[in-house]
Amino acid sequence: MKRLRTFLSSWEALLVVLLLLAIVLGSSLSPYFLTGFNVSSLTRDLMEKAIMALSMTLIIIAGEIDLSVASTLGLASVILGATWNAGVPLWLGMIIVLVVGATAGALNGLLVTRLGLPSLVVTLGTLALYRGLAYVVLGDQAVSDFPAAFTTFGFGSVPGTLIPWPFVVFVLLALVFMGVLHWSWIGRQIYAVGNNKEAARFAGIRVARLKLMLFVLSGLLAALAGIIFTARFSSARPDNALGFELDVITIVLLGGVNIFGGRGTLVGVILSLFIIGALRNALGLANVSGDIQNIVVGALLVFSVLGPNVAQYIQAALTRRRLAAGGSTKKV
Amino acid sequence: MKKLFHGLGPGFIVFLVLVLAACGGSAGGPSGGAPSGGNTGGANNLNIAFLPKAINNPYFDTAATGAKNAAGELKGTFKQVGPSTASASEQVTWINTLTEQHVSAIVVSANDPNALAPALKQAIAQGIKVVSYDSDVAPDARQVFVNQANSEDIGRIEVQVLGKELNYSGQIAILSAASTATNQNAWIGFMKDELSKPQYKGMSLVKVVYGNDDDQTSFNDTLNLLQAYPNLKGIISPTTVGIAAAARAIESVNKGGKVALTGLGTPNQMRKYVKDGTVQSFALWDPGQLGYLAYYAAAALIQGKITGKPGESFDAGKLGTKMIGANGVVLLGPPTVFDKSNIDQFNF
Repeated sequence: MKRLRTFLSSWEALLVVLLLLAIVLGSSLSPYFLTGFNVSSLTRDLMEKAIMALSMTLIIIAGEIDLSVASTLGLASVILGATWNAGVPLWLGMIIVLVVGATAGALNGLLVTRLGLPSLVVTLGTLALYRGLAYVVLGDQAVSDFPAAFTTFGFGSVPGTLIPWPFVVFVLLALVFMGVLHWSWIGRQIYAVGNNKEAARFAGIRVARLKLMLFVLSGLLAALAGIIFTARFSSARPDNALGFELDVITIVLLGGVNIFGGRGTLVGVILSLFIIGALRNALGLANVSGDIQNIVVGALLVFSVLGPNVAQYIQAALTRRRLAAGGSTKKV
Repeated sequence: MKKLFHGLGPGFIVFLVLVLAACGGSAGGPSGGAPSGGNTGGANNLNIAFLPKAINNPYFDTAATGAKNAAGELKGTFKQVGPSTASASEQVTWINTLTEQHVSAIVVSANDPNALAPALKQAIAQGIKVVSYDSDVAPDARQVFVNQANSEDIGRIEVQVLGKELNYSGQIAILSAASTATNQNAWIGFMKDELSKPQYKGMSLVKVVYGNDDDQTSFNDTLNLLQAYPNLKGIISPTTVGIAAAARAIESVNKGGKVALTGLGTPNQMRKYVKDGTVQSFALWDPGQLGYLAYYAAAALIQGKITGKPGESFDAGKLGTKMIGANGVVLLGPPTVFDKSNIDQFNF
């Protein structure tokens, strides 16, 4: 019973409830919400954000943040288009793009670890820098004549099922990340660094190197998401994925990862991923425009940061009152 | 307990995978439980959705009015949805939404002919009819294209009008919409071809800029053009948003009358500039009729009266009988040239 209560009072339980609520909302808004076709479609729409959320989780747990992921995605997409236009074979273009993504992440990481600049400011700057570079590379043009096989990868499903190919990529990555974060020493180091950077350093953890690797990973995954995005829409444009960082960060924070670092699980992030995906899909089916959907997502972001803090404040206030009344601090 | 937590995530994923695999089919039809698409087979269920390049665009709103009239005549339903900016990827999201809503037909004006193709093909596979209007998509991603006028006519008339105004000499520029918009590129292609004719050898095309059908961008683009090319004599803007913004920009630097402006505009937007001389003449067709014709074409497809093959014909209400030409294209008619003498006769 105690275990059940511990589970029920956890953030993950709240997320399960939210997910069920989102599903109920969706099916009440449209009879087509719970069809296999729709679930497949909403999953497909979600995968770029999902992949970026995986690395974002690690970064936020380590106490940093990366606002530039969507811009890196756009830059990657544009470079893929530019190399394709220049006649470079697609597989080589993809490798170039992944290298570019890793470099972009490395730039973020070096500025944060070597120069000690706050990641919020650094990645805010690179958010603008990388998006601007994307516009410089392609101007106001767009590349859209990619080969059919590439488009099928982004848009199609595993033959005989409704499972989108990008979902397969995401599942593989998610399993790897879960293994690393929850069951390996790297994961333990990340939590330690997020909880107390100085203590971690005194414990012998190479904090700077770890953070640099996390930023490189973030850039790499953003570039991978860029490849998938370009394949899905068969279109490389500088304004691809404009504004995606809002959703990615909301997904991570709603998933129970503490903005100040040191706490959070990938399970929560995956649950909140589908909450956001289901919500956007349900609202879209109800003909609500993307701009208005942002209102809902923004509200969720505020709630996900405010919620735990308010809960903590209430708990502390209750404890104070109990002490003042002469009771003990022991939980009943 | 912790292990159970960590099982939740992969457990959920496994559940999702099983759901998707179980509901799988080669075309991915709706699973049992959802009402099957009666609209796709029903002859009288005209649930038609228009998806323009962007909403809040007066040109497309006028087309929507025409379509609404057609819906009234045919006793079908009409709705218009779309992105707030001329973005191809957002159009894809809307196409997916409309497909999931199982509308009977999607009538779309494309921001990019190839980017929309996979989503439209999926819609067709689900039994939804696809008609493109104003700006085409890849031909195998739609059944009928309702073209407002022959692309060649539009492109050449623009250059002919400007050439006459400028006495066939001077630098000119083009202010277009989105760089990938099918119709724009078709017209610009014919404009360049017309300019290569000997009578235009005194004129040179110095630049093509893309205002993305955004008022602010088009305004700034025009100002930049005027600054970068002080000897610029004329601008062609074959987009109603672009020409309105360019007219404002030209007037704001007091070059009205010194830099000729023509293109495609609506009479209501251009009336002021025609009366004060900034624009001498411009062309268009009636977007209302375009929307009306597109709706009738979609209805004819839904009712099985046509399949989109050249040579077929269908009833288009007040517009009479329309025949489908090569490549599944239906023409509305020749463009109309507006100037001081006739602009007051129109209200759109």
